[in-house]
Amino acid sequence: MPGAALTEAVYYILLSLIEPMHGYGIMQNVERLSTGRVRLAAGTLYGAISTLLEKGWITALDGDSDSRKKEYQITPRGKEMLLGEISRLQELLQNGRAIMKEDAK
Amino acid sequence: MRKVIRKLFWAWDFDKEEKWLNEMASKGLALCAVGFCRYEFEQCKPGEYAVCLQMLENKPQHAESEKYIEFVEETGAEHVGSYLTWVYFRKKKEDGPFELLSDYASRIKHLSRIMKLLGVIGVFNLMAGCYNLFLYGIWGHAISLLGMINIVLAAFLGYGIYRLWKKCEKLKKEQQVFE
Repeated sequence: MPGAALTEAVYYILLSLIEPMHGYGIMQNVERLSTGRVRLAAGTLYGAISTLLEKGWITALDGDSDSRKKEYQITPRGKEMLLGEISRLQELLQNGRAIMKEDAK
Repeated sequence: MRKVIRKLFWAWDFDKEEKWLNEMASKGLALCAVGFCRYEFEQCKPGEYAVCLQMLENKPQHAESEKYIEFVEETGAEHVGSYLTWVYFRKKKEDGPFELLSDYASRIKHLSRIMKLLGVIGVFNLMAGCYNLFLYGIWGHAISLLGMINIVLAAFLGYGIYRLWKKCEKLKKEQQVFE
């Protein structure tokens, strides 16, 4: 579906992976970004990472030998999707603010 | 000192199982090993641990499962044991809330996975039951008794699938509105 919304989890994972990060790092970063609102559970995060790797939106980095944990990073395709989502969110927000005017500041 | 409790939970009651394991942990008994209808606990500070369980696609020894278990362990949880394709984790509560699945999509996927497995076993029993009953006649042969057991088992699994399906539908309804 063109123009389909990304899930909140995928959006925040992509946003986190602008910098290389491992799984637990993503969980902590998403929690920090959303000031504790979004807590990705390990199983859900693992599923999302597998799908994003499959789609080629993120890539696994070759870990150095002394670090067991695998790090991931966003790809150019992933950045494209992220930018698309940001403009979609912009549209939602603009419409919401314009119509709800005083109520939603 | 370790304590062993024997208890049976059906696969479709895994949420009740998880709740019970968490109640034990809040009483100061942390799960440390699992087996067939067998739970082994060690003493901990009351409320020290939270426990989560999940059914995986493959056996715990499978490479995919190992990768997954390692990933979960990297987030601060401890893999305490496995039984068939079920894995059990515990995590210190002071490290924050512990869940394995945090959105509707992955919870629905998990329920579907359990339903699929029960479905396969159920259909197999149904077919074996029909075969045993009709091949050897409805009455008068030991095999027909086996056939009836197969049918009863299939019906019971059907009930379990229905229970899971109800849970699944509830989540799907929420998913229409929330993510």
